[in-house]
Amino acid sequence: MFKRLAEKGPAIAITVDGKTVNAHAGDTVAAALLAAGIDHCRTTPVTGAPRAPYCLMGVCFDCLVTVDGVGSRQGCLIPVREGMKVETQLGRREAGR
Amino acid sequence: MVRTADVVVIGGGIHGCSTALHLALRGLKPILIEKDYAGRHASGVNAGGVRQLARDLQEIPLSISSMDIWECIEALVGDDCGFEAHGTVLVAESEAELAGFRERVDDLNLRGFGHEELIDAAELRRLVPAVSDRCPGGVVSRRDGAADPFRTTQAFRRRAVEKGAEVVEGVTVTGLFRSGANWRVETSAGVFEAPKVVNAAGAWADRIAAMLGEPVPLAVVAPMLMVTSRLPAFIKPVVILRGRKLSFKQLGNGTVVIGGGHLATPWRDSNETVLDWQKLAVSARTVWELFPAMHAATVVRAWAGIEAYMPDGIPVVGRSSTSEGVFHQFGFSTHGFQLGPGTGAVMAELVATGSTNTPIDGLGIERFLKK
Amino acid sequence: MTAAADLASSYELVVIGGGPAGLAAASLAARAGVSTALFDENPGVGGQIYRAITSTPVKDRAVLGEDYWDGAALADEAKASGALIVNGATVWSLDRQRLVGVSIGGKARVIEAGRVIIATGSQERPFPIPGWTLPGVMTVGAAQTVLKAQGLVVCERTVLAGSGPLLWLLAAQTLRAGGKIDAILDTTPRRNWLQAAVHLPDFALSPYFAKGLALLREVRARVPVHRVDRIEAVGADRVREVVFSSAGGTRRLPVDLLLLHQGVVPNVNLANAAGVTHVWNDRQLCFVPVLDADFGSSVPGIAVAGDGAGIAGGTAAAERGRIAAIAAVRALKPDAVVPDTQAIRQRLQREEMGRAFLDWLNRPADGFRMPEGETIACRCEEVTAQQVRETARMGCEGPNQMKAFLRCGMGPCQGRLCGLTVTELIAEERKATPDEVGYYRLRPPVKPITLAELASLPISEAERKAVER
Repeated sequence: MFKRLAEKGPAIAITVDGKTVNAHAGDTVAAALLAAGIDHCRTTPVTGAPRAPYCLMGVCFDCLVTVDGVGSRQGCLIPVREGMKVETQLGRREAGR
Repeated sequence: MVRTADVVVIGGGIHGCSTALHLALRGLKPILIEKDYAGRHASGVNAGGVRQLARDLQEIPLSISSMDIWECIEALVGDDCGFEAHGTVLVAESEAELAGFRERVDDLNLRGFGHEELIDAAELRRLVPAVSDRCPGGVVSRRDGAADPFRTTQAFRRRAVEKGAEVVEGVTVTGLFRSGANWRVETSAGVFEAPKVVNAAGAWADRIAAMLGEPVPLAVVAPMLMVTSRLPAFIKPVVILRGRKLSFKQLGNGTVVIGGGHLATPWRDSNETVLDWQKLAVSARTVWELFPAMHAATVVRAWAGIEAYMPDGIPVVGRSSTSEGVFHQFGFSTHGFQLGPGTGAVMAELVATGSTNTPIDGLGIERFLKK
Repeated sequence: MTAAADLASSYELVVIGGGPAGLAAASLAARAGVSTALFDENPGVGGQIYRAITSTPVKDRAVLGEDYWDGAALADEAKASGALIVNGATVWSLDRQRLVGVSIGGKARVIEAGRVIIATGSQERPFPIPGWTLPGVMTVGAAQTVLKAQGLVVCERTVLAGSGPLLWLLAAQTLRAGGKIDAILDTTPRRNWLQAAVHLPDFALSPYFAKGLALLREVRARVPVHRVDRIEAVGADRVREVVFSSAGGTRRLPVDLLLLHQGVVPNVNLANAAGVTHVWNDRQLCFVPVLDADFGSSVPGIAVAGDGAGIAGGTAAAERGRIAAIAAVRALKPDAVVPDTQAIRQRLQREEMGRAFLDWLNRPADGFRMPEGETIACRCEEVTAQQVRETARMGCEGPNQMKAFLRCGMGPCQGRLCGLTVTELIAEERKATPDEVGYYRLRPPVKPITLAELASLPISEAERKAVER
């Protein structure tokens, strides 16, 4: 869906559901997921429908993911960090796991 | 144009709507006057607890008669009101606290009330598996539960209208005067007249009482609540504490409602409340200690509903001390939701027949008036 | 990097949002000697229009265009002004006592502010078409965000749909960056021209006129444009094709990415939760705060500047920020030297000229704002348009009552993506105006915070004593 322009920041490795994904400095979690071609980042708590980032400006909350064990984080607002553990969020899975 | 009725009910909370419905069921024609819309304040935005547990002795008869209605609420109002009975558990945080609870339960048993039941650590763990293991036991009231407050208030309002009540919303009462055999209720939308008036105006009820020469020391309060996003189901009963302020429950949709009586700053003239985050942080720390898994849950909304608190923490239910034909039903002091269905029935009985078999003697307005 | 613990307990001025309005306001106030903190939830300043202005990997200035690079001066000026600028700082509460709840790095603080300028800008208007929740359907603004901040450009099968200047700008930027767009589905109703035309003379004098025409020409030369009055995103697990129709019939295009946009509206959540009075603006089809000439709101000491005050664009936003900041400085430090507002107001007026033309021309059609049937109105709680309509017909009079019946607006986005839709649907069903129907009463936290964050608020003296006792 998206390709990176030639100019990009230094590589940063994160894991998404345990698999290594190569991101770049300046990426947010949501941008890194989109660049990696990941299809959805969560399922809804109501019907279990898949969702992916929609607005990327902190408004829609469809990019909610679990970051380093904390659920319901807005992926579009969080910059990637080396070694960050991102998990797709299934339904109500945000606490008490 | 003056509009007439058998009874004017002032206030469209759960109490006013319940009283209007029960009056209509008795064949009377009530007009309910509400300054905003039914369920706009505490009745619509409270924690939804339907609790007999830990009530003042004076309230227990009303609470028990309410519980009988709650258990067949759909037959009365045509909506199950989201009522689910998974019990209320009062958790003891120490052995000393548990000893105090034991005395209370023994005392209730002697008085013939069996709804509160002492439980040990094992039964507590069975009922509330997620609770921190340092809690030694507690008290359960197994018939208790929780309902959807706004839906409940609206259901009473809707059924009252179906049964012949008239509900006038967005209208404020400005004066209350004797006019022959009738009471003349002046409002922002004209005059209403009826031989009987019920003051169920909640946080604004002292203003109605003052019109009758009955100034009451009513405090306007706004207990704060917060709710999390949807979590996996992990707790069924409502959990409350005694030593620290907490009420905690998970709704069927997975959200967890956290309350317990920490207060916001209310402005009753503008319908506004300002939350106190320092106190909500205390709630958050209490929840974290009691349910460690909750620390990562997200709070999506916090709010407070405006209501009345009486100096002795129990409501005013009964006749006006000065004005024949006027009745009071207010001051439920942050625990009136469960009492709504039963108190409305008792009030309708009192208005229609002049008396009631339910003991409410300790709840009269006289107790606040200078001798 | 400023941590929550590093913040002072109070600032004379707190500015919320680091777009053009917030940056201009903070730098003006700080230069006048007012202790100023600016909180912005994004990783860097710039807001949406100048997103990633200090860090963008897109170095070829022609790609994003000179208007974008204007933001660099604002960011530099703010940085040099002495204002404390904190990014990654999420403001989750503001009340009429001007207590500001803010979280940084998972830790929360409540800060006192002498004055507050809300500069939280705009958001894209909800675009509730069938299938708009499917992965692969995003907003035009989202694509522009990743282009500016990460240098990601759309490729493969991409279709843009909607109306408004941003749609054409993103199309041009994408093409300049070497991206590809298969088609643009233009939803602008033809009859909008009738209402817009009377404002054309003003628009012709505004700086946007020539730029707009050039942009349209640039894009139309390389991308097929279809005028449509219905759009549907189709697919099971993600969008596979877009189906669109007009008087000429129905067509389908296979897509990987469908980008939607029908203008922007003020982001009202924080101001609403703080108790600021809003009214319906029928030209812009949204709620806007009621403001005085200095952008002061109905709540004393709280101003709303930038597009949050009503949509006028980035350059106007900066001027509005300056006017709001001058009012704040005058209230806080009557002797401080501030710029002449007359000159700023004249510049602002020139910027706002021509806005009427753009508003009327790009006013989205009813069908794209008030959906029918199974189309989702509330994305978070998955409430359909039909459910909202039926509940309104049953007697539900407003959005706050609707919340109790359907839970619409009760999810994590707190009504940002359904509020206008629900208000307009209720208004249509009940034959009332949106003003009569009203908007959600929003409650803090306006951004979800974890229980742990809330618990991290410093323990007050009273609480410490209670524990010790």
